[in-house]
Amino acid sequence: MALKRNVSFFTGLKYKGGGPMWAWILHRTSGLTMVLFVGLHISAGFLTQQFGSDVGIWINTIYENWIFQLALFFLVIFHAINGLRITILDLVPALLEYQREAIWLEWLVFIPIYGLVLFVVLKSTLGA
Amino acid sequence: MISRKVAKRGFSLDYIMWLFMRLSALSLYALGLTGLTAALIMGARTQTDLNTLIRWTFFQNPSHVFSSDIINLDGFINPYWQIMEFTALFFGITHGINGLRSVVEDYMGSSWWRQIWRGFIFFLWLFILLVAVYVVLAS
Repeated sequence: MALKRNVSFFTGLKYKGGGPMWAWILHRTSGLTMVLFVGLHISAGFLTQQFGSDVGIWINTIYENWIFQLALFFLVIFHAINGLRITILDLVPALLEYQREAIWLEWLVFIPIYGLVLFVVLKSTLGA
Repeated sequence: MISRKVAKRGFSLDYIMWLFMRLSALSLYALGLTGLTAALIMGARTQTDLNTLIRWTFFQNPSHVFSSDIINLDGFINPYWQIMEFTALFFGITHGINGLRSVVEDYMGSSWWRQIWRGFIFFLWLFILLVAVYVVLAS
């Protein structure tokens, strides 16, 4: 059986897991979203290539929307950096002592990379 | 309260997939950086936008020309990049589907739903992999 904690959703929100908890939640949701996006994108490519289907083109038009791109880049870059953090902490368990600091370091790496994406996407959107 | 059964220590599917998740993530880093470097060398610096850059970073497929700004594609149309595509697809899809599997395993009890989900995820993996391989070969 799955665990039955009998904790309501709102009580669950009060759990003070801090940075690592949010990283875990974001890692899972971003991972699932990417599975959905990549799966849809592959299917869209297949439909366009095989049948010249409008559905494929319609899906890919959504992907080129700048708001969608900003969200997608957020998820992908976060997932990549967080995955690297998990890998490093798994390989060197001694570093687990600093897991909260690791989250800060992670965002420190994330901000400039995402800032670059933000700059490029917004520049091409507003400039066009 | 009964806790979720955890696989025995040692060589099990969960251990193999744990290892696979790390290794595939690292190879996706390597593949992505290789594709990014190649795309920048082959003209993405001046000729293209971010969409195209990402297309050529992870999937150097000639069918991406459909919406690509890169004019000279000769450098990307050869078996080397097809192998890169295969590798990226296999690692990416398996990594993603296994992530889906581990989330589902966390929330599924040991009822018959679990078996149905496992079967569904396996066939989803097979299906996306086949479609992706077809897209690589057919373009």
